[in-house]
Amino acid sequence: MIGRRHRLILVLVVAALLGGCEREARSFKGRTSANASKEPGVSRNPYAGNAWGVGQGKRLYTLYNCVGCHANGGGGMGPALMDDRWIYGSDDASVFETIARGRPNGMPAFGSRITESQIWMLAAYVESMSGRLPMDVLPSRADHMRYSTPENSRRARPPQGAPKGADE
Amino acid sequence: MMPPLTFDPRRSGIHGRARGNGPAADGTAAERAALEKTWRVPEGILGWFSVVDHRTIGRRYLVTALGFFLIAGILAVLMRLQLAVPDNQLIGPDRYNQIFTVHGTIMMFLFAVPVMEAMGIYLVPLMVGARNIAFPRLNTFSYFVYLFGGLMLLIVLLLNSAPDVGWFSYPPLAGPDYTPGKRADFWAQLITFTEVAALAVAVEIVATVFKMRAPGMTLDRIPLFVWAMLVTAFMIIFAMPAVVTASSFLLMDRLVGTHFYNPAEGGDALLYQHLFWFFGHPEVYIIFVPALGMVSSIVTTFTGRPIVGYTAMVLSLVATGFLGFGLWVHHMFATGLPQLGLTYFTAASMTIAIPSGIQIFCWIASIWRGTPRFTPPMLFVLGFIAIFVLGGLTGVTLASVPFNLQVHDTYYVVAHFHYVLLGGAVFPLVGGIHYWFPKITGRLMDEGLARLSFWLLFIGFNITFFPMHQLGLMGMPRRVYTYPAASGWGPLNLLSTLGAGLLAIGGLLFVWNLARSVRSGAVAGDDPWGGDTLEWGTSSPPPVYNFLHPPVVEGPNALWDRSADAPVVTGLRTDCREVLITDVVDATPNNRYEFPEPSIWPFLAAVATSAMFVGSIFTAWAVPIGIVPIAIAVTGWFWPKRKEAAA
Amino acid sequence: MARRRALWACCAAMAAAAAAASAGCAGPHHVFDPAGGPARDIAALGRLLFAVCTVIYLLVIAVLAWALVRRRTEADGSVETGRRLTRAIAAATIASTMTIVGLTAASAVTGHGLTSPMGPAAITVDVVGHQWWWDFQFRDVSPDEFVSSPNELHVPLGQPVMIKTMSRDVIHSFWVPNLHGKRDLIPGQVTNTWIQADRPGVYRGLCAEFCGHEHAKMAFEVVVETPQKFKAWIDHQRESASEPADYQERRGRDVFLGSPCATCHTIRGTTAASRVGPDLTHVGSRMTLAAGTLPNTRPHLATWLGDPQSVKPGTLMPAVPMSDADRGAVIAYLRRLQ
Repeated sequence: MIGRRHRLILVLVVAALLGGCEREARSFKGRTSANASKEPGVSRNPYAGNAWGVGQGKRLYTLYNCVGCHANGGGGMGPALMDDRWIYGSDDASVFETIARGRPNGMPAFGSRITESQIWMLAAYVESMSGRLPMDVLPSRADHMRYSTPENSRRARPPQGAPKGADE
Repeated sequence: MMPPLTFDPRRSGIHGRARGNGPAADGTAAERAALEKTWRVPEGILGWFSVVDHRTIGRRYLVTALGFFLIAGILAVLMRLQLAVPDNQLIGPDRYNQIFTVHGTIMMFLFAVPVMEAMGIYLVPLMVGARNIAFPRLNTFSYFVYLFGGLMLLIVLLLNSAPDVGWFSYPPLAGPDYTPGKRADFWAQLITFTEVAALAVAVEIVATVFKMRAPGMTLDRIPLFVWAMLVTAFMIIFAMPAVVTASSFLLMDRLVGTHFYNPAEGGDALLYQHLFWFFGHPEVYIIFVPALGMVSSIVTTFTGRPIVGYTAMVLSLVATGFLGFGLWVHHMFATGLPQLGLTYFTAASMTIAIPSGIQIFCWIASIWRGTPRFTPPMLFVLGFIAIFVLGGLTGVTLASVPFNLQVHDTYYVVAHFHYVLLGGAVFPLVGGIHYWFPKITGRLMDEGLARLSFWLLFIGFNITFFPMHQLGLMGMPRRVYTYPAASGWGPLNLLSTLGAGLLAIGGLLFVWNLARSVRSGAVAGDDPWGGDTLEWGTSSPPPVYNFLHPPVVEGPNALWDRSADAPVVTGLRTDCREVLITDVVDATPNNRYEFPEPSIWPFLAAVATSAMFVGSIFTAWAVPIGIVPIAIAVTGWFWPKRKEAAA
Repeated sequence: MARRRALWACCAAMAAAAAAASAGCAGPHHVFDPAGGPARDIAALGRLLFAVCTVIYLLVIAVLAWALVRRRTEADGSVETGRRLTRAIAAATIASTMTIVGLTAASAVTGHGLTSPMGPAAITVDVVGHQWWWDFQFRDVSPDEFVSSPNELHVPLGQPVMIKTMSRDVIHSFWVPNLHGKRDLIPGQVTNTWIQADRPGVYRGLCAEFCGHEHAKMAFEVVVETPQKFKAWIDHQRESASEPADYQERRGRDVFLGSPCATCHTIRGTTAASRVGPDLTHVGSRMTLAAGTLPNTRPHLATWLGDPQSVKPGTLMPAVPMSDADRGAVIAYLRRLQ
């Protein structure tokens, strides 16, 4: 009686619903990789599946003036963040490092300027710009003038093979 | 050849007051058996999903709505526990926001409107002398859509994904920037579920009342409860589209990046408020007007006389329905709209007190004139008058713009709307449940328990909500998860919490009485109260075909005005579900119509619709993809039955 | 007989409760404790409304009680009785209508009187709402003398103050119960209201539109003082931050400027110039912290800095990791900023 397409949607929906716990968690005390990572030595972004964390990252992106160099992902003085080219690495740890310790060619070091969990939030938002996070975690349009398709409507752009050891 | 329709005074399956509650006069046993078979309610698992019988669906709506009421009541108790003392740490802000939002959402969308619809679905066909409600398969569809929407909300409540931005969910707080994730989307889509269900029921009620009344039930002989449900149905039809628009725009802003509520791109946060409250104000009348109808039924029966001022009552109901659409800005007085417009809405908001006042005066006059019997339903009606009039008067104070600007969005408003909703709708509803319980189940509720639950509810209600007026005047805003000790709000909050405990006990006692009496209540006859409307003229519970022969109505109090040799309609076919369709104004028979058989397709259509709704929370593709199963199910639903050779 | 007595007892109890409830006008920020012109007019209107509504309510209950317990007579069913009842209902309806008209008129008159300030406005304050704090900005003077006073609004006694409200994020509502009704702060719009206080003192204001997690803890203080004191205050607010007086305070300033604190806050006269969070140039002189949530004392400041989420779960202010010694120094420095 229930069509195959219908069943697929049902399965997707149930899966999405079950993901709700993590997606909707509001971790007010902040998460760091230390209290989120399950594998020792590997840093995962603790907000990767958390819509609230990504949303906070989006607010901080504007508040801390990342738009000054990166615009809203399209880049300007700084490189574009919504494309598939990651100069200094696209994995969680690399993006964290980029924000915390800065990079050559003008990326300032924010590690002493903002807290660790705020860096993770910003990193999560940056990853969301290329649509790399789950669909229900991606932010939608902002209450600003429209600058681009909202993140949750963008085509996902997986990172190209990036030169990993570019920070020596 | 079809047997001709006749008006036969000799063959009556109903009995009126004039002749007492004797056993049914002689309709042939064969005729009864044939009707039983034709109109039977299907059994078994598949049968449970295929039922199109209005009494079954009405009972299901009622039980489901009461279940939601209990859940929302538990959430309310949690809120009161958190607010009992200042700086309480019992519940944090995130969880508290979800709790108060879901409490309000369940109460307004999953309890209050559906439970009134439930009473309408069950009683309106009986009161107008029809065999079933119009569009019976749509009725089944609407129940399952309602059920699935409610289940969705309960599931997300357990998954930390419940909406947390208030039951009216204003953007930009509910917009994509400030409520990330899917919480507000579940709220917005719940609106769609419940409004589709409500619109379906509204359409059925209008069609039933206009076109399926028993012959002789002219417009001025329609029972007041039926008038109330008719007015409610029209209000639903005009009001619900506004909220579906508001919530759909919100969903689109959140999912696909439209800018309806984004001021930076030419949208407006106030647009939402206007759209929502254009629905939101009639919504409270949608909840309240059926209760007015119930009060009229109860007062008529337990004073033993027709209501004083029937015409005034009907016109008041209609006026309330119309005026209710002209008040919505009184929810927005603080937003800085121009002064002249605000003054108009003050005048309109105060004016609506007049039709309600007329109704109160008519009821008091009816009580004055008749001989009141203090049965539990009557007690609840008296409690309604005491509580609702107070709530209505605080409403008059709220209608005044300057005063409103002080008490808007404080606990004064919380007190006001609980007085008018709990007092004005729930008390009559509980009284109505006590009143019609014997008709629905064939048994009486326990009278001692009923009285005890009334007093607990009445006293508990007042202790809970009266102090909130004072709290609002002392400056306590709504939707706060805690408050400082220095505010001085502690003692009254504690008092309110204690009252809530009493109220909860009263409510549980009522539910216990209900559950227990279904199995072991005293057997009620066909007409334990001596009622005046047609449902008391058939057995308790009614047979699956409601009336052996549709009666011909001779006065506004159908059973009391029924003469000893009043005619009934004979000749409707018993081998198919044939019903009598009559004229809108004077209910003369127009034609016969064959109603559809039970079918699984409405349930399947509801499943497909629900899947599309839930899917569209996550991806816009769910809409074009999800339309296909719906189209298939609707095709199955309307597939014509092969016509049998004419007998 | 017993039923009759029970009924009268119920009525008496309700009347007593109503009287008792309306008597209590004590407590801070009570609507019926006006300290200014607009609030006074509103309180008067409120008293009129309550008086009329109480009378109506008691009348209705009394008539209902009478209807319940009256002795029934044979003539009750007669046509004449029916006509009398109809006339009574009509009379009651006319009386209600006239009452409604009267109350609408009273309301319109009061409302009209509140639309424009009584007298030329002395000053204009921009009220900017954020999640979950208030920024009161005095922009009457030239841009380099712009004053930002978060969470604490000073106004001169006896002079009308124009309020222009705007929001940086979601809808909030500016409400000082002792002074006036509320006005919503709606993003994308500027809405106007005004206040005028005629009794000196400190009055609490609140946010009155649900705005997220910490809506409950978004309060502010309105300090009503003589025009001279007000001028002194606002001149002082224009000055840059005080210099640290000892080693610990200097250390505190250095820690502040080198840590995430300076990423969000402004202290005029230093390099900290961010407008994400409230301006801290004169934080030491304010009465409360965290938008009216905590008194501004050393231990409370330590709690607020050490673990903001324990005070306001959900606040955007992060817990900045630093040693206790550093935090103590920062606290000393902040308390220097009078």
